Amino acid sequence: MKISEIKALLDAEVVCGEDMLDREVYAACGSDMMSDVLAYVKDQAVLLTGLVNTQVVRTAEMMDMVCIVFVRSKSPTEEMVSLARESGMVLLKTRKRMYEACGRLYAGGLGGNGAAT
Amino acid sequence: MNEAVKFHFRVDGDDFTSAGQASVQVKKSLRQLGISPEIIRKVSIAMYEGEINMVIHAGGGEADVLIYENRIEIILADHGPGIANIELAMQEGFSTAPDNIRSLGFGAGMGLPNMKRYSDSIKIDSEVGRGTTILMTVNL
Repeated sequence: MKISEIKALLDAEVVCGEDMLDREVYAACGSDMMSDVLAYVKDQAVLLTGLVNTQVVRTAEMMDMVCIVFVRSKSPTEEMVSLARESGMVLLKTRKRMYEACGRLYAGGLGGNGAAT
Repeated sequence: MNEAVKFHFRVDGDDFTSAGQASVQVKKSLRQLGISPEIIRKVSIAMYEGEINMVIHAGGGEADVLIYENRIEIILADHGPGIANIELAMQEGFSTAPDNIRSLGFGAGMGLPNMKRYSDSIKIDSEVGRGTTILMTVNL
């Protein structure tokens, strides 16, 4: 699925990385607990989260993720946006809550494969 | 015998938002050295969890990364409170982190288990009241 399709399915706003919406991603995960993301995520390129602090972007970077979707209308801080720009990451934000956002992407064909290590 | 490539960082213990900067730097350097992505991920996650731990529990510390021909060593040393029961601390879900850290997405008792998960060997030397030194090795 292209990141532009994620944007459309979640009626999301692009915070940064507008020029990278054509990138293909194959799996996603949703979590507010970064330690769990570090423990269980394998090749998911998209992180859905309601957590807002710089460690969210660093965690995503460690996992080689390419897109973070902030749910529940959470807005990343300027520092987070600047870190995401440096790492070449797309940040999206949506009004949808975590459950619905994950459900829409899953139903749209974006799986969660590769979750267990 | 080739000399190891060395990196040294001071991990600032006052600021949770800056935790992980050393790991990001190591990740970039390993990429420049042409290390495989799988190894880079293991090293950077193990070190990142260690860095977060030093900030949460120990008021910061020192991090050294040594790259040898056949392995990468990560040495994290702090002068924090030490780990009273290492066996317990290695269990997934066991945590002594304060609630404010949990609200930041960490402190779920996954730090040390993740460091073990992503390294090929881990050695923990800790003394209560003196501090902790952790040596993690990732084989190349």
